This record gives sequence, C-alpha cells and structure tokens, in this order.
Amino acid sequence: MSTATDAESHAVHEHPPHLAHHFDTEEQQFEADVQGMWLFLATEILLFAGLFCAYAVYRAHHPEIFYHAYKQHYLSVFWGSVNTALLLVSSFTIAAAVWCAQHNYQKWLVWMLVATLALGSGFLVVKYIEYSHKIHSGLLWGTGFNPQKHGHGHDDEHNDAHDEAHAATAHADEHEGDDALHDEPADAGASADTSAEDQLQWVYEPGGTGPRGLLEPGSAIELSEDEQVRNVQTFFGIYFLMTGLHGLHVIAGLLAITWLLVKALKGHFTAAYFTPVPIVGLYWHVVDLVWIYLFPLLYLIH
Amino acid sequence: MATIPADYSAAPPARDNYLTHGRGILSWLCTLDHKRIGVMYLVSILAAFLLGGIFAILIRTELLTPEKTIMGADTYNQFFTLHGAIMTFLVIIPGIPAALGNFVLPIMLGAKDLAFPRINLLSYYLWVAGALFSVLAIVMGSVDTGWTFYIPYATDTTMGGVIPVLMGVFVLGFSSIFTGLNFIVTIHKMRPPGMGWFELPLFLWALYATAVIQILATPVIGITGLLLIAERVGQFGIFHPGLGGDPVLYQHFFWFYSHPAVYIMILPAMGVISEIISIFSRKHIFGYHFIAFSSIAIAMFGFIVWGHHMFVSGQSTLISVIFSLLTYSVSIPSAVKVFNWLATMYGGSISLRAPMLYALAFIFIFGIGGLTGLFLGALATDVHLHDTYFVVAHFHYVMMGSTLIAMIAGIHHWWPKMVGRMYNEAAAFIAWVFVFVGMNLTFFPQFIMGAHGMPRRYYNYPPEFENLHQMSTWGSYLMAVGFVIIAAYLLHSLFAGRTAPANPWGGATLEWRCASPPPHDNYPVTPTAGDPYDFSDLKYNPQTGDYESDRGPAAS
Amino acid sequence: MAEQATHGSHQHDDVGHHVPLWLLAAVLLVLLVLTFITVGSVWWIDLGHTGNLLMAMIIATIKGTLVALYFMHLRYDKPIIAIILIAALFFVALFTIVALIDTGQYQPDITDYRAVDPDARSAPLLQLQQ
Repeated sequence: MSTATDAESHAVHEHPPHLAHHFDTEEQQFEADVQGMWLFLATEILLFAGLFCAYAVYRAHHPEIFYHAYKQHYLSVFWGSVNTALLLVSSFTIAAAVWCAQHNYQKWLVWMLVATLALGSGFLVVKYIEYSHKIHSGLLWGTGFNPQKHGHGHDDEHNDAHDEAHAATAHADEHEGDDALHDEPADAGASADTSAEDQLQWVYEPGGTGPRGLLEPGSAIELSEDEQVRNVQTFFGIYFLMTGLHGLHVIAGLLAITWLLVKALKGHFTAAYFTPVPIVGLYWHVVDLVWIYLFPLLYLIH
Repeated sequence: MATIPADYSAAPPARDNYLTHGRGILSWLCTLDHKRIGVMYLVSILAAFLLGGIFAILIRTELLTPEKTIMGADTYNQFFTLHGAIMTFLVIIPGIPAALGNFVLPIMLGAKDLAFPRINLLSYYLWVAGALFSVLAIVMGSVDTGWTFYIPYATDTTMGGVIPVLMGVFVLGFSSIFTGLNFIVTIHKMRPPGMGWFELPLFLWALYATAVIQILATPVIGITGLLLIAERVGQFGIFHPGLGGDPVLYQHFFWFYSHPAVYIMILPAMGVISEIISIFSRKHIFGYHFIAFSSIAIAMFGFIVWGHHMFVSGQSTLISVIFSLLTYSVSIPSAVKVFNWLATMYGGSISLRAPMLYALAFIFIFGIGGLTGLFLGALATDVHLHDTYFVVAHFHYVMMGSTLIAMIAGIHHWWPKMVGRMYNEAAAFIAWVFVFVGMNLTFFPQFIMGAHGMPRRYYNYPPEFENLHQMSTWGSYLMAVGFVIIAAYLLHSLFAGRTAPANPWGGATLEWRCASPPPHDNYPVTPTAGDPYDFSDLKYNPQTGDYESDRGPAAS
Repeated sequence: MAEQATHGSHQHDDVGHHVPLWLLAAVLLVLLVLTFITVGSVWWIDLGHTGNLLMAMIIATIKGTLVALYFMHLRYDKPIIAIILIAALFFVALFTIVALIDTGQYQPDITDYRAVDPDARSAPLLQLQQ
C-alpha cells in the first residue's frame, strides 16, 4: 500500500488497517475501546461488591467468627503475602509490556507478557497449595467445616473419613455423608461439652440463634477456652467464594494474556497499533486491585 | 442549514439495503450490522413473549374457577414462575434497548454502527444462551420458586430447574451489560457534528440513562445468582438460615438489581413515547431539558428505593421508613415527563396513527400504574397490600401496559424504517382496541381484588373473588386476540404492504433521513444534526406519502 | 509497512500517553513497601479491632489508588474514566452501607427470638435437600 502521491498516502493514512469502518479516527477508536473496558471493569467491581458486602455484614455482626479464624491461623499470612507480591509485580510487568509496545520493543513486549503469565500462574500455584491444605484439614464451608487440629498428627484414616464425608455430602448421596458427620464426637447442633481435647470444636446454629457476642453488648470478641464460636463455617463460605471467584478471574486474565502473547509473537503489535495490550492490562490491574483488598480482609484480621 | 448536503446525492438506491446486503443464513448469524442484530433480537424477543404469554393464558385459564380448573397446584406454581422469569429477563428487560435501540441508536446518531459491533453480536448470543438455559430449566424439572427465588425455598426445593434458570439469568445479565456498555460509548464518542448533549433525541437520553443502570445494577444480580447457585450446589451458608446465613440479606442483594431493573424497562419506553408524541402532534417536544434530566433522575433515584419490596420481609423499621420516603422521590421525575407530554400535545395537530394510539394508551395506563405505585410505596398501606393482587395489577400496568405497549408503539413507529413496508392502519386500529380494552379488563379488576385481600400466587381462592377473576381472564383473552391481529398484519405487510418512503411520519431525527430500509452503511457521509424536534422544514408529499425536507430530499 | 509504523508512531505518541518506565518501577516499589507495612503492622501496632481494620483498608486504598492512577493510566486519561470508576465505587458503598445498617438494626430481633425460644438452641442440623 505504499503510494507515491500525497493524496493517496493521505487516504491510506486516513483509513489505516486497524481503524474500524464506523470510527473516524484512531484516537476516537482507542478512547472508545478504553472507555468500553473501564465500563466492563466497573461491572466487575460491582460483581465483587456483593461478596464484599456479605463479608462486611458478617464481620460487623459476628466479629468473633473472623477473629477466631485468624487466631487459629486457618489462613497462612505467608502465602497470602507471597500472592500479593506476585500480583503486584505482575501488574508492573503488564504495565511495562504496554510501555514496550508503545516504544516498539517487540522482544521485550513478549518477555513482559511471559513474565506476567509466569507470575499469574505462580499465584494459581500458591492458591492450589492453600486450597489443598484446607481440604486436607477439613476447613471448608457449610457442612464441610470439619477442622482438625491443624498440622498436628491426626491419622490419615480419620482424614480420609472426613474427605469421604465431605465428598458424599457434596453429591446427591446426602444420607451417607450426614451419617459420617454425625459419627464424629462433636455433634453438630448439640451443645458440645465433652469431646476429645485435641479436636477443635465447632457448632452450627440455625438462624434463630444469635452470636454470643451480641447477647452481652460490648463483650470481647475473644472467647474463653471453653466457649464455642458458632458458625465458623461462614468464614470459610465467604473465603472460598471470594478467593474462588477471584481465582476464576485470574484464570480468565491469564487466558487473555496468552492470547496477547500469541499475537505479540506473530508481531501484530507495533507502536502504530497495540490497543489490545493496554485493554487486557486494565483487566489484569483490576484483578490485582481486588486482591489488594481481599488480602488484608481475609488474612490480616487482628 | 440551507445548503443541500452532498450525502443525499450519493445515496444508494433503495433496493440495495441492509436486508439484501449479503445472502444466506450465515450472513445473518455472523453479522456485525447493528440493524440485523436488532432484527434478530426483535424476532427472538417476540418469540419469548409468545412463550411467556402462553404461560399467562394458561394461568388465567386456571384462575377461571376457585378450585382446580385445568392443572394441578405444582404445575400452577411452575407456570407463574416461568411466566415471570421469561417475561422479566427475556422480554421486558432487553426489550426496547435490544430490539429497537440496537437498530435505531446508530442511525439516530448518523453513525455507521455501534462502537463495538462484535460485542453487540456477543450480546445477542448471550441472550440466546440465556433463553436456552430457560428452556433447559423447563425440561430439567422446572422451577416453582416464583421469579424472585427467595431463600430458603429456592435452596431447599427439589425442583431441578432452579440452577439452569439462574445460569440463564447470569448469562442474560451479561447480555444486558454489553448492550448498555455499547450504547454508552457510542453516545459518548460517536455523535455527529452539531449534536451536543442537548441536541440528542430524547430516545437516546432514555437509552443512555438505561445503559447507566444496566452497567451499575446488573452485576449485582450476577453475583446474587452465583451465590444462590453456590448455596444450592455447595451449601455455602451465606443466605441459608440453617447454616448460619441471612435470608433477608438475599432479598437485599436481589432487589438492589431488580428494582433498578424496572427502570431499565420503563425508561426506554418513555423515550419511545417522547419521540412519538412530538412527531404525531407535529409540535416541538415541550420541556426537552426537563424530560432529558428526568431520565437521569429516574435512573439515579431508582437505585435508592429497593427496600420497598421488602417492607414485610424482616427488614428493620428504620430502613423501611427511609425507603418508603425515598420511594416518593421517584414519582416526581416520572410525573414531570407525563406533564411534558401532555403539554406537547396541547395545541398540536394530532394524528391518530397506530404509534400515536399506543402512545396515548401508554400515558393513560402509566398514569394508573404509576399512581398505584404510591399506594405500595406507603409503608402503612403496603403492609396490607403486599403479596396481594394489587401488586400484581400495579406491575402489570407499568410493565405490560406501559413498557410493552411502548414497545409495540415503537415497533409500529419504526416498522417502515426497518422493513421498508407500511402496515394496514385499519387492522392496526382494531388490534389496538382489543389490546387496550383487554389490558384494562385484565388488570383493573386485579386492583380491586387485591385491595379486598386476594393474595398473589395462589392457586385456589375464595369464591367471592370468582367474578373478578373471570373478568380478568376474559380480558386476557381479548388481549391475546389483539396480539394475534398485530402479528397478522405486520407479517402481511412484509409481503403485501405498500413500499415505505424514507420519512412516512415526518420525523426530524436523523434516522428519517436515510432510506427505508437503510443501506448497509447507514450513511455514506455523516449527516449534520439539527434540532431533533423541529418539523418546520418538513413538507408532506401526498404522492409518495413521504415528508420531504428542504434540507434536501431524503435518500431514496 | 515501515512507513506506516513511523507515520503511525508520530500519531500515536499522542494516543495513550505513556507512563515512563522508571515511574512504573517506582510505583511498584512503593506498593511492595506498603504491603510489607500492612503485614508487619500485625506485630508492631495494635489499634484495636476496628482501628486495625481501618488502617489496613486505608493502606489498601492507597495501594489501589496508585495502581489505578499509574498502572491503569487514570492520571492521564479523560475525566469520564475517573467518573466511571468513582460511580461504581459509590454504588458499592451505597449498597454495603444500607445492608450494614439494616442487618445491624434487625440483629436484636434474632437474639430476642433465641432468648424466647429455648428449642432454637438445640435444634438439629438442617438437612438440606439437593
């Protein structure tokens, strides 16, 4: 398409190959693309808002549940911090990728995208470590909350029974699972009085009962040794929903970045046109932003 | 404005238009043309309306007698749930923006397409996916929870269709979001020269306000649906009281979207009416700025009143009182619109063509629907009226009687533009009579029933309500006849209707300046916008049935 | 193509003004330091339950603001973008605050019910159906 006359080159310049027919200028198209992505990100923020609201409501009215979860070190601050660092650096690398694209450093663009993918995948690996530890320890939501004294010897058969119990409850085979649960020494619903000392207690209470803390306004959220924190499974319900939904968004983001990488390897992005890079970058930054809030809310409750 | 713009002489002949551009089913299924997408939406939404309508007729038939008439109680519960879910999520929420807005918005802006044509197509396919999920739900064991899916019944019911419906709702939410996103960016970035914010046609102000609600509210129903699925599948215990959850919190989540959703329904409808009233009174719209700002005001106020659906749910008294007070605020911008429409008509030269008939019906019906909302917004009366037929009548007046009627008005108004044919006015008038009389006969008795205590969603009822129920059912049959007649003459017009001119009604907005049907690219050159309600330069040509502008002949 | 690229790059120096690389790196450094502070404050400071939460949220908001302004280019974009973000956050706040107020207001109803109904305490675990 290289032409001799000014008029023709002007015409070529007027309709560059990446300019859609319904836009007049590339600037208009780019700004429209950025606006469109920000509007979509606004909806993502509002999607997570529901979960943050549920978190706020439960933490405000049942702070003892969250404090208990923290005191018991159910979540690893170490792994949470690692994840935070991974995402922050990956935000940097994708912003750097945009910079590379703008300056036409194609090779560095590819490396930055690879780095972002690696860091994001690292995040997922850590998540896998955390989740499998929780599954192993019976720290799940709803009727799956069946905590073992973490990390300290309980036999594998006991564990397997719990895993089976949980697996059974998750499927249509309700009764088998419930029987397995009811076989446990600390029976759900009944006031747990005597039970094995090295087994943590948990109690579900139907909605008609309130948290202990509210019965005596102003009482501490720390409970004494023999007092039971009720409905701790709520914490894990919220934890898994929030981190799970976030994790799904991480996966989606990694897929989008992979797509970018493929195109970058083929040389599709030049300083003349690189719009998809900042657009996907914006999405990835919001994934990071959500985690920036999730981390202190879930891991650093003190 | 005196010079003849060059774009008219470059207009292609009418025979090459968006319908003929590209042949074969793939050229439709893979189209990026907003006009074709709009047409596909229109056909699909009307098909969903037919399905939802069949459920409605079956429900009303069951209610002919106080005892069992044609179905069992469980079936009845499923039917009203499906009727509600289909009508709300598949028909009325997407309705005007998807079916009419997609077609009209770019042409009204003198643009060649929406900002993101591929996202537009994605939006349509998400709607289709949502519709398929709903069908799947019916097949997989149905739902009987009511379209509101309140917990704990929605988590505990053994009906297998709950999860598919919720997945459908989630997917439909994204369809809605993408449409809204597209509209906002298009209106922001693709206005023609001469069209600042206050030269925007009011239909576009309405679509813009709607799009803002779609962006801000829809994600919340998304997360609500996900959480409800999680509760059912994994027993997460966020809402279920048996696991320490809070069921009233679910209602907050649900209504935070579902109340603004009703403004997603009504705002575009009001936009359509603003266009039609002005054109068919041959008079500049009265109070343009007031109508424009009232659209934004309704959108904003609509976000702070959701608790008025929860007065008897266990919501605290303090919050109930606050919501009740705030609910009154929404009535003000709505009333502003009605007064401006009436003022537009006053002193105008009114022509009672089909679009205008439906617009007038809208004003009457919306007046009743809106005013009855005030009874429900008042905390003290709502305690008695909640979950009675009064509520059912109210929302059918505003959803069916107002939004749907406005959609029909819009279809009649833009039909010549969309298909290039005129329909039979006499048949349209007859159908309108059936629809208008039928609609009022169906739902007005329900106000009376509700005030006397007839509960909603009840399969059997005390015999004292039988007469009113029968009136209501016969009204619904009349309405159905009306819709059948509409379908008949519109389909007939596709084959045997008079060829439509570019501007059969004499509108001054930009879409009337391109051919009927428009060419693939809408406008070869972006036209310059003027006052969208200034009809002074339009002269009727009796031979062609076309309104010609001395700004230059319309592209033909 | 090369002509187009250079021609384009002249045009595109104006499109998407670039944030200098050193600035991006500096922001990353600040973010990592703030993370360290947030985690470390567990051991150094105790402002009470609410105080700790507030401090953590403030630091998170500073981090988020930096990400938005510099990584996401918000500082150099047109105001409409900031309006979109702020509108979304406003509605998140609206929804959460109203939910908090309402749930807070009816918590006493829940505890009153428990006090009145002794069976509520020992009610069996609810059997959930699939």
